[in-house]
Amino acid sequence: MQQNGVLLSAKDLHTWYELRKFGFIHAGYVRALDGVSFDLRYGEALTIVGESGSGKTTLLKTVLGLAPPTKGTLVFAGQPVTAKNLSWLRRHVGYVQQDPYGALPPFMNVRRILLEPMLINKVGQPAEREARIREVLEEVRLLPVEDFLLKFPHMLSGGQQQRLVIARAMVLRPQLIVADEPVSMLDASVRVEILDLMRRVQRAHNLGVIYITHDLSTVRYFSERVFIMYAAKVVEKADVREIVRNHLHPYTRALLAAIPDPDHENALHFKEVPPGEPPSLVRPPEGCRFHPRCVHKIPGLCEREVPPEFEPVPGHFVACWLYR
Amino acid sequence: MAKQTKSAVNLVNFGRSESATLLRVEDLKLYFRTTKGVVQAVDGVSFELGRRRSATVLGESGCGKTTLARAILRLLPRNVHTFSGKIVLDGVDLMPMNDEWFRKEIRWRKISFVPQAAMNALNPVLRVGHQIAEPLVVHHGVSQDAAFKRAVEAAKLVGLPEDFLSRYAFELSGGMRQRAIIAMALLTNPELIILDEPTSALDVLTQANIMNTLKKIKREFEMSYILITHDIATSSELADEVIVMYAGHIVEHSPAARFFKAPLHPYAQKLMASVPTLREDKELEFIPGQPPSLLNPPKGCRFAPRCPKRFERCAEEPPLFSLDGVSVVKCWLFAR
Repeated sequence: MQQNGVLLSAKDLHTWYELRKFGFIHAGYVRALDGVSFDLRYGEALTIVGESGSGKTTLLKTVLGLAPPTKGTLVFAGQPVTAKNLSWLRRHVGYVQQDPYGALPPFMNVRRILLEPMLINKVGQPAEREARIREVLEEVRLLPVEDFLLKFPHMLSGGQQQRLVIARAMVLRPQLIVADEPVSMLDASVRVEILDLMRRVQRAHNLGVIYITHDLSTVRYFSERVFIMYAAKVVEKADVREIVRNHLHPYTRALLAAIPDPDHENALHFKEVPPGEPPSLVRPPEGCRFHPRCVHKIPGLCEREVPPEFEPVPGHFVACWLYR
Repeated sequence: MAKQTKSAVNLVNFGRSESATLLRVEDLKLYFRTTKGVVQAVDGVSFELGRRRSATVLGESGCGKTTLARAILRLLPRNVHTFSGKIVLDGVDLMPMNDEWFRKEIRWRKISFVPQAAMNALNPVLRVGHQIAEPLVVHHGVSQDAAFKRAVEAAKLVGLPEDFLSRYAFELSGGMRQRAIIAMALLTNPELIILDEPTSALDVLTQANIMNTLKKIKREFEMSYILITHDIATSSELADEVIVMYAGHIVEHSPAARFFKAPLHPYAQKLMASVPTLREDKELEFIPGQPPSLLNPPKGCRFAPRCPKRFERCAEEPPLFSLDGVSVVKCWLFAR
């Protein structure tokens, strides 16, 4: 396996959903993903943070081949992803869903759930499949394995269900795991356990991971690199510690200011929140998409020109005219 | 402008008494019958809430926090096995009241409720404004039109633009729907609002916005809140005091200033240690094991099997020990 090569490369990805009136008249596009580029190396963990409607789930769907990109290219392990090689792609990409209970078929037991991906992809001989099932269950610490094999999803707690979902994503030995808010449905005391587990699995197998979340406070326990998304674009890319210490984009600043740490001081004053709501992606604002809500707007520039990526600090990219 | 609105909403006022305690709950039990046996969802809970105070009820799923809210509001399912104890609001015990009287005089009039997943609580075929106005029509016999006018004022107060009131629920974003529900809860000028996970499904910025609104309302209207949540960081925005529940019991009740600095009960300590923080680097912990089944809860302290500090005495159920006259802890470590 290559250690430092690029596992997944996205160039100028656009994913637009067509809007139709009466089912057939073209009525515009929802620009759910509008020009996103990145490279993910083998064994690298990347976090994408954004609010609902920022395009983070569409990015994930595009990576999984569930939503074909309108424009731009996606290259996985050196091969461009097309409509024809999706089954090859999906065999090498594991998916950890947000709601573990909804993601597990209620009529299958644990063994069957883990067997299914191997049957579909015609992997291994029966004995080898059984061995793999045991191996992944041990890996996610659903122990002792015999106790779990015949259980159904409803007999497991939320944390155990999520571990089973991770085991299912692992069973085909993927090179990339895509996790969509894997801990948002879990209790606080279990979250850390699941994040720890994902981190351990990622390191043990040198997996690439794309972790999608709206909760910035969990990020630093998981990955180094963070992308902040707003209105279908990535506005800031940096190391997580750098983002917390030295965030540059006004949107990132607002987002960070809104996240409370458990402290009684919070109850004593009001938070500063930018006015308004994220824009419609059917007709997004001209220029910088954050400008209608931005306090640092440069008149005459921000509402006209789309800001390119600037690099004011090495390794820290920001799409904002303040740093030109 | 806020002052003006306040006096208008205040038209509906029913002589408030001024004792310091608003709500007193004593040995409240709510058990459910299921096919597997009796679930002891809330098992002997006692606490007091002062006027103009807000208490946060923290706990993991299945600890009985939502059931506690439903018990106070008497929104009970059919399979109730036991419902006993005392709920005293304004010096009046609510338990002997019959259901019809409770519905007419207490629920929404004195205690209103912002349900969990409030985003989906709005009726899809009613315009939002009419829906906000409904409690006034039902509980105060105000005419539709007058009630709608007041709904406009309440909506302004929570930051819901007036033209949104003639829309339907599906035309509003999650944050706006949440505001509509809060406006509805405010309209009858209750003494207590019970909020069940009011921000859990919302984005961070919207969440901060709603929390600001709730803080403002609390200051202006001198309202009491019970905030039920599992999100410890967000709860710190609104809490004057913190109640921690575990397996149907209250294990700690402390002032927020103390709780967020140094919780007392081992479970509360573990819970705090599991909260990821943005600004400070700390090693996160998690609590191994699972909460006990409430079908047949263990004898003795219910947290003992997972507790790092357990000792022989934990085989007996600890009583509530009070500490410094402000905190109450259900743990033998605080026995004297």
